[in-house]
Amino acid sequence: MFAYILKRLGVLIPTFFGITLLTFSLIRLIPGDPVEVMMGERTLDPAVHAAALTRLGLDKPLPIQYFNYLSQLAHGDLGASLKTQATVWSEFKVLFPATLELAIVALLFALVVGMVAGVIAAVKRGTFADHGVMTIALAGYSMPIFWWGLLLILVFSVGLGWTPVSGRLDLVFDVPPQTGFMLIDAWRAELADPINNKGALWDAVRHLILPAVVLGTIPLAVIARMTRSSMLEVLREDYVRTARAKGLSPARVVFVHALRNALIPVLTVIGLQVGTLMGGAVLTETIFSWPGIGKWLIDAIGRRDYPVVQNGILLIATLVILTNFLVDILYGVANPRILHQR
Amino acid sequence: MSAIDINASGRASAVNAELEAVLAHPSPLVEFWRAFSKNKGAVAGLAFMLLIAVLAVFAPWVAPHDPVEQFRDHFLQPPVWDGGTTQFLFGTDELGRDILSRLIHGARLSLLVGLVSVLLALVPGVTLGLVAAFSGKVVDGLIMRLMDIMMALPALLLAVAIIAILGPGLRNAMVAIALVSLPAYVRLSRASAMTELSRDYVTAARLSGAGRLRLMFVTVLPNCMAPLIVHATMSFSAAILEISALGFLGLGVQPPLPEWGTMLASARDYIERAWWVVTLPGLTILLSVLAINLMGDGLRDALDPKLKTAS
Repeated sequence: MFAYILKRLGVLIPTFFGITLLTFSLIRLIPGDPVEVMMGERTLDPAVHAAALTRLGLDKPLPIQYFNYLSQLAHGDLGASLKTQATVWSEFKVLFPATLELAIVALLFALVVGMVAGVIAAVKRGTFADHGVMTIALAGYSMPIFWWGLLLILVFSVGLGWTPVSGRLDLVFDVPPQTGFMLIDAWRAELADPINNKGALWDAVRHLILPAVVLGTIPLAVIARMTRSSMLEVLREDYVRTARAKGLSPARVVFVHALRNALIPVLTVIGLQVGTLMGGAVLTETIFSWPGIGKWLIDAIGRRDYPVVQNGILLIATLVILTNFLVDILYGVANPRILHQR
Repeated sequence: MSAIDINASGRASAVNAELEAVLAHPSPLVEFWRAFSKNKGAVAGLAFMLLIAVLAVFAPWVAPHDPVEQFRDHFLQPPVWDGGTTQFLFGTDELGRDILSRLIHGARLSLLVGLVSVLLALVPGVTLGLVAAFSGKVVDGLIMRLMDIMMALPALLLAVAIIAILGPGLRNAMVAIALVSLPAYVRLSRASAMTELSRDYVTAARLSGAGRLRLMFVTVLPNCMAPLIVHATMSFSAAILEISALGFLGLGVQPPLPEWGTMLASARDYIERAWWVVTLPGLTILLSVLAINLMGDGLRDALDPKLKTAS
């Protein structure tokens, strides 16, 4: 196990440095003069220009610039937003829980619905239910999720008036940010002040439903397809036949004996979906004005706030590769066979 | 039936049958079409995409109006089945432009982006993959680590990062999408080349003095095509999704060009008044992507039976 972790780390570390190289070059590859682009002025006082160049460290040779960048990162210095002057880290810290909350709920939704659908399709192979599930899954997989979000808003928010159009919570509630997770914060605020904050938790749930469904749609489709094929494979195994032969109920055979082993490939898929979720968060947060890191990043690109773009991407990428690392480790725990390969 | 039975009674007829099968063997294209057309979804997808392609090619003649012409008297006019007129079958948008014409012209952009970005990723991707497969540990490791890094970033995020450098626009978006889909081609062609490399025919070619380039592109590559074609189909649909996502974020094709995703970017503001402005472009994207994915499934079943269990 230890050797396995070391081997995964051996992949993780060069990948991380590769990402720093990418984010490092990001600001340097901008066509034209980076200072002019960032200051947004055509005719800049040469003295101001030189000072900005020095301040940004752009006047030194590239290898030294890269070394300085790494050393800044090592000191936890991610630079500051050109617009708000707040540090990138402090902005990220506040916004990240919103994205995390959305992603977790979306993944849970995708897992529960996707696995149930996949199991049904596998058990009822070749029937109407199977074809139905697979067609819907393929449609979900082909879905432009930004449009899917608009469509859901059109039906459920505009048409039926069931859910709010955007944001995380109605402004009438006074919910102090404590954990950053709106469901928890709203719940605590409602407990603390049941009169003024009556219904805060429910309101937070209503804000979360549509974004979570939208973000969870593609992972749901992938998980349903994966569960089905992995389940079909497992159902052919001898031990499943043995379990059936010794008279266990079909439900027990499917959910206790087969599903457990069918889940191993599904687990890797979930790991890969973390990247999809982060990419999807950019779109979902833009549609629902969800104050998370995806919308933050797009807004930063829109106003050419390069320090935010650069290190925001670095933070998200680091998060994705760390999650994939953890999933690899978990995969090793769930499937010890992988530890002895190669 | 045991093996002996076959030997005893069926050898002669088996040989005959085999001979007949060889003689009557249909051309690869016919055979492919037989396997492909078994999958009804794939045929439907193909038909839909052919329709879209024809509309795209003949867009200036098929489209009822100019896609950027603004009819000042017809802002947000509903489609014909919802109280509109036959002048604008699918209604008009907030600037009075005919939505049907914009969708038809948009097909040109989407197909163009799909084609160009697939080619831009396929050619260097396959070359890099073959080079990796044929090279020693150092070059192979270097190429594959580089691809790992590119794959570590979520596709859309990497595309957004590239656009942040290059700036928004049609050409840069195509480059970004191609770069994002590059690693998959490299990995795929490397993996299938590796399995081919141990085959006898490669050794034979090598012994008869084929050079490295010939081995790579003439001997090995044709035998790696099946998974590559399937993947190219899938990445074509992914490219259409990505260009529309970038367009929606304002980072892709810029208005007034009628790209499907770009059309949706402004639609959010009219969601309460004009459902058709929101619904129709997205539906077109969904149907096109779905059609290509259905085709991809059929292609995979027909070309690469080994992959069948993966779905």
